Parts: sequence; C-alpha cells; structure tokens
Amino acid sequence: MTYKELTDTEIIKRILQGEQALYAQLVLRYQSYVFTLVLRFTDNREDAEEISQDVFVKAYRSLADFRGDAKFSTWLYTIVRTSCITFLRKKRLPTASLDNERTLIQVESRESDIGATLVEQKSRHAMLNAAIGLLSPNDSQIINLFYKGEQTLEEIGRIIGLDPNTVKVKLHRARKRLKEKIETHFSYAMEELSGHDGLS
Amino acid sequence: MNTEQPMADRLWDYIDGLSSPAERSAVETFIAANQEWQRKYRELLDVHQLLVGSELEEPSMRFTKNVMEEIARHHVAPATTTYVNKNIIRGIGAFFLTMIAGLLVYCFATIKWPSTGSSSSDLISSYSNSLEKNSPLEKINWGKLFSSSYVTAFMLIAVVSGLILLDLYLQRKKQQVSR
Repeated sequence: MTYKELTDTEIIKRILQGEQALYAQLVLRYQSYVFTLVLRFTDNREDAEEISQDVFVKAYRSLADFRGDAKFSTWLYTIVRTSCITFLRKKRLPTASLDNERTLIQVESRESDIGATLVEQKSRHAMLNAAIGLLSPNDSQIINLFYKGEQTLEEIGRIIGLDPNTVKVKLHRARKRLKEKIETHFSYAMEELSGHDGLS
Repeated sequence: MNTEQPMADRLWDYIDGLSSPAERSAVETFIAANQEWQRKYRELLDVHQLLVGSELEEPSMRFTKNVMEEIARHHVAPATTTYVNKNIIRGIGAFFLTMIAGLLVYCFATIKWPSTGSSSSDLISSYSNSLEKNSPLEKINWGKLFSSSYVTAFMLIAVVSGLILLDLYLQRKKQQVSR
C-alpha cells in the first residue's frame, strides 16, 4: 500500500507513532484547500503562504487532539480561521465602512479593474475567484467550504456553529449574491468566455 | 408537497441532491413542463457548474518542503485530554457554587418575612409597604453578616477547599512535567 492510499486518520495515527515524514502527505493533500481559504482572508499571496504554513505547523503540534469524529479538513478549517483572525489582528489591516462614499468609489474602481483584467485573461477561474472575493466574508466562507472544501451542510454547520438548515439557506443566498455579482461586474467577461468555450 | 418554498430554493435543493425522491420527481415535472422553471434551472445549473469546476489556488512549489522544515523543529503536543482533568474543573465549579449557595442561604435566613396569618391582599399590601418603606434587604445588617462567626467559618472552609484544589492541580502538572 502506498502512502497515497492511506486515509487521513491512518496517516495521523502513524505520525503520532513517530513517522513525522508522513505529515508531508497531509500537507500535499490539503495545501491548496488551506491556501485557497486563507486567500479569502488576505488578498496577498505572500501573507497567505505564511499563514498557511503557520496553519500546518499548528495542526502538527495539535495533531494528538484530532479525535477523528469529524473530517480532517473540518478540523483544519478551525485552525485556518483562528490563524487568519490572529494574523489580521496583528497586522491591524485598515477596514472601512461601506457607507463611506470614498470607500464605495474605491470598491467600484477595484471591481472595474478586476473586470478589465479578466476580459484579457479570459479565465473563468479567475473571474469566479474575483466574484467570490467581492462577496461578504460569511458568504464567501460558505461557498468555499461547500464547493472548494467539499464539506457537507452538517460539517459546515459544525464549523460555523449553525444548524444545517440555516447553512442551507445561507448557501442559497450566498449563491444568489454571487450570481448577482457575476451579472453586475463580469457579464461581459462571461459572454466572451461563453462564446469562446461554447458554453451557455 | 412543498409548494410554498420559492422556485430557486427548490431548484437548488434539486441540484445539490438534497430533495426527497417525491420532491425530485415534482421538480423534474416542473422543469419538463414549465418554461419558467426550465430557464431558472439552466441559470442555476450554470452557476453550480461554474463553482464545481472552479480550481483551488496553489501555493508555491516549495510549500510542503517549507512546512516539513518548520515542523522538524517541533514536537506533537500531548492531547489536551491527557492534562486537563475534568474532576478539577468540576471541583472548581462546585467550590464556587457552594460559596454562592452558602451566602444565599445565610442571607435568606436573616430576612424577617411578614407573618403568614394574614389574608393574601393584606400580605401584598404589607409587602408593598415594606418594599416602599423598609425593604427586606434594608433589614439585613450587612455589617453583622460579614463579621459573624458563621461567615468566617464558611470563608475559612472555602479558602481551604480552594487551596486543596489548587494543590491537586499543581501536583498533576508536576507529574506530567516529570514524565
């Protein structure tokens, strides 16, 4: 049996027995998941990489606390969230109210910049990520966990402390808002892409 | 059948595979028969496919190596359950509850309640009068309460119990360090 065939729980068990090198398998499996989630908290890739690395180190140190009653990715997400919040607090990133007129202008110019770049890139993936980036942190969190983290409604509920039905409603709303963002800011890019790819 | 639920919600449940078999066939019928449903379904399916097909962001090539180099300097910490003793937490809780209960019992014991022989209306009026003029709390001699031998003894027991709990906790911690 190769390492790739081992389940997360089996790998963790063996790491706890002293096979530290096996942790690389877990890092390889979840690095993109963690990095993508972290990028939702900070737009800077360097910062995201630093936080992601910190997440894996913290996860390693606390590995004995992983009981296996939830998925490893669910457990990892709780570390991602606390690490990102700690990082943002340390950095004290400037935040501004959206009621502020100046902020609105900045947001709109940022959105139009993204739109212009995307038409050039003709990339669905980049457009989608940019559209998710325009959502509120709560909306993007649910979408990322459901689609990119492949978590069930129950698992998301456990992570964010809500019952699965509430998560479902929030997911519906988040997707609706995502669709609105795409239509508002990326409709031209979508048409271009649809024509290019032959998709609807 | 859920007819109240908005069309989009029912379609999302259908797309996510969360609807019951009966609901699924109902939605399928709507999609086949109704153009409005058909249009909405295609619209939502596009968003869903876009999300399903989305790729994850990739960190740098050296990422795994960096993490492995970093964790080489660390050890897996012992599980929290091995060093957090639930009995100690329960003991601390019981200690504070006992303190609060003891004080409450003593406070209630010192209050002079109105006599019970009178009718209920008399009781209410006398109670409201006593509240206005001389509330039960005002009747308590707080100075006496905190200087009485009962409270001194109670506090002594509480402090000794607290010290025993602290000692238990520190002993356990010491044992773990020596291991």
